Amino acid sequence: MGNQGHHPHEHMILEHRFPARAKELGHTRAITRMSLNNHGWHSDIVEDIVLAIDEACQNIIRHAYHGECEDPITLHIELQDNSLVVVLEDHAPAVSPDCMNPRAFEDIRPGGLGCHFMRQVMDHVSIGPSPTGQGNILRMVKGVHSPSQQSSHT
Amino acid sequence: MKHQVRKEQGYHIVTLTGEIDLETSPQARQILLGTVEQSEKLLIDMASVTYIDSSGIATLVEAFQRAKKIGKQVAFICLNPAVVRVLSLARLDKVFAIHANIESAMHADL
Repeated sequence: MGNQGHHPHEHMILEHRFPARAKELGHTRAITRMSLNNHGWHSDIVEDIVLAIDEACQNIIRHAYHGECEDPITLHIELQDNSLVVVLEDHAPAVSPDCMNPRAFEDIRPGGLGCHFMRQVMDHVSIGPSPTGQGNILRMVKGVHSPSQQSSHT
Repeated sequence: MKHQVRKEQGYHIVTLTGEIDLETSPQARQILLGTVEQSEKLLIDMASVTYIDSSGIATLVEAFQRAKKIGKQVAFICLNPAVVRVLSLARLDKVFAIHANIESAMHADL
């Protein structure tokens, strides 16, 4: 995963590579949901992360690749200590980090909500060039209790 | 995504089922904008919608705004917590008329 070294307490949850096409997103959501559910997280957290990943993939298709194509998107989800770390890699030309700024929210109008959703449901969202020199890396982090801590509250 | 359009007690009711996402929102847009033009009172029944993303939300906003612009009434039926959550993230829960079922929407006359 790029230049990120191995964290002593990291655990890979999902790695999935797929073409940058809208029809792939349903399957991507399904396997993300299944992988997170299998680890025992509460459905509210799972649905928030599924939404953030879906919105991130839409942004990659629309703004990085400028439309659907066969070029890949690679999704990694890891647990690092008490954080779920989501990394999405593409092979598109570099995009400006400004593309992740949500629009002003005063107007009720269609469009431009994806970045707003991502920033609302995740604790940290950033985008930058891939260290390989080709493509972009979109990274999102959400602090989570471990599933065992969740179940102790129920 | 599947859909059904019917007329009942003076209301056009569009029932959407399944997921409204980047792939299916163009179809939802076509259905909703087409029905807005035909109906004085429109109920968009999303009780069986299992997922919606920003492209689906954009479609709902566009239909809502078109209805307002041409003087039509529109309300939404929504139960799924995941869908309600996304409407809330978009702050549309304070803008849209949202009901738990068709009967309550008709009783409130939208």
